Amino acid sequence: MNEISVNHLLGIQNLTEKDFDLIFNTASQFKEVINRPIKKVPSLRDLTIANLFFENSTRTKLSFELAEKRLSADVINFSTSQSSIKKGETLVDTVNNILAMKVDMIVIRHPHAGSAKFLSQNVNSQIINAGDGAHEHPTQALLDCFSLRERLGDLKGKHIAIIGDIIHSRVAISNIFALKALGAEVMICGPKSLLPKYAESMGVNVEIDLIKALRWCDAVNMLRVQNERMNINYFPSTREYSKLYGLTNEKIQSIRKPITILHPGPINRGVEITSEVADSENAIILDQVENGVAIRMAVIYLLASKIKNISSA
Amino acid sequence: MLDRVLLDELKINVLLNRLSCQLLEFHGDFTNTLLIGLQPRGIYLLDRIVELLKNEYGIKDVKVGKLDTTFYRDDFRRSKKIHFAKATELNFEVEGRKIVLIDDVLYTGRSIRAALTAIDYYGRPSIIELLVLIDRRFSRHLPIQPDYLGVQIDAIEGDKVRVEWRPEKRSDCVYIEKES
Repeated sequence: MNEISVNHLLGIQNLTEKDFDLIFNTASQFKEVINRPIKKVPSLRDLTIANLFFENSTRTKLSFELAEKRLSADVINFSTSQSSIKKGETLVDTVNNILAMKVDMIVIRHPHAGSAKFLSQNVNSQIINAGDGAHEHPTQALLDCFSLRERLGDLKGKHIAIIGDIIHSRVAISNIFALKALGAEVMICGPKSLLPKYAESMGVNVEIDLIKALRWCDAVNMLRVQNERMNINYFPSTREYSKLYGLTNEKIQSIRKPITILHPGPINRGVEITSEVADSENAIILDQVENGVAIRMAVIYLLASKIKNISSA
Repeated sequence: MLDRVLLDELKINVLLNRLSCQLLEFHGDFTNTLLIGLQPRGIYLLDRIVELLKNEYGIKDVKVGKLDTTFYRDDFRRSKKIHFAKATELNFEVEGRKIVLIDDVLYTGRSIRAALTAIDYYGRPSIIELLVLIDRRFSRHLPIQPDYLGVQIDAIEGDKVRVEWRPEKRSDCVYIEKES
């Protein structure tokens, strides 16, 4: 096996099949580590990682920070609300100032698509994209696929449906790339107004009937309606959306087969998924959260192994 | 590369029996002992020793584990060789136990140092010992010596010692690869 082929994790599209294997295998070992009484390894004790969150996040930020700490890296956190961005500083200036403090790796979340790539081209550090606008969220897709593989085995030929607000979802895009790279068949389903026009060009099936999508799939990834990214009304009412696209026990029972249920969080209980379903045996939502730390440890560890500024002993 | 046979199946078998007897002498019925094979190659030696202890010497209950030291290595970001993590399976408490680390070849001692650090993250054993099949003497970077030793050999830097086991290979054999 070779080292990971990329210097930055900007998106799923850049990863090779071998990269997926490497990330998943490494994450499996880290999952064992985080279930030990002492959940740490000393691998990154001489590295510093900056988490730059230009957009709100709870789960992803905590998950990255925990992953970094479990690897013994030093961590600094930055969020826009407390920063000089508000004083007019550019992104590159902000990041270069942070790098001048001898930071080795940057985890960035930003509301603008392409910001992680822009940074990778303009600053001298390794970049991990923790979500850039409606573009990609690669670690989420990796942890979703890792969790699915734990439940369903090899994803080759498996049917995975992504339901809900696809058009605003970086999780959906990254998942489509990752699932397809792993050989799964993907369907997106939601109201037409929330499905992107280019969907078919991504090689996915498109469906507007939730029951048909459920009948087709082995697992379903329920997305949240991203009201914060909507400047117009995409559907008449939350009640109507929930009636047509909310996952309920009745709908699952009507298809008479078990399906695995994922949700990237945060869950709007009673809108896209009912509490009953979210807390059911087939939901792997909390596994996703646990695997998130292991996957992020793997990504950080594998990218860090490429920072070779120390001469060979 | 030129391969030379250092130990053939018969000699390895004699060594394995001797090592098992030495373990028996010091660990008795193995009640409080945990044998830990180091990934990736030490686990084969562990399996063979456990097989002998069970089948030839009647020890019914041998506690075993596998330990991968990749994340504890001191050459991360320094070595040209890339190490990939393998499974760690430690299903027994290490606290207060007698631990025997088992590896096929002892060279610089850095893997064993990593293993000692890794064990430290699990708890505080009463004793940690080291069993190796081959000791490449005069090559140590650290003050680490085996407690149970198959055979000592002299090999220069650049030589590679390769241990092969059945059923992965046709027979048990230890080779030394010399750079031609």
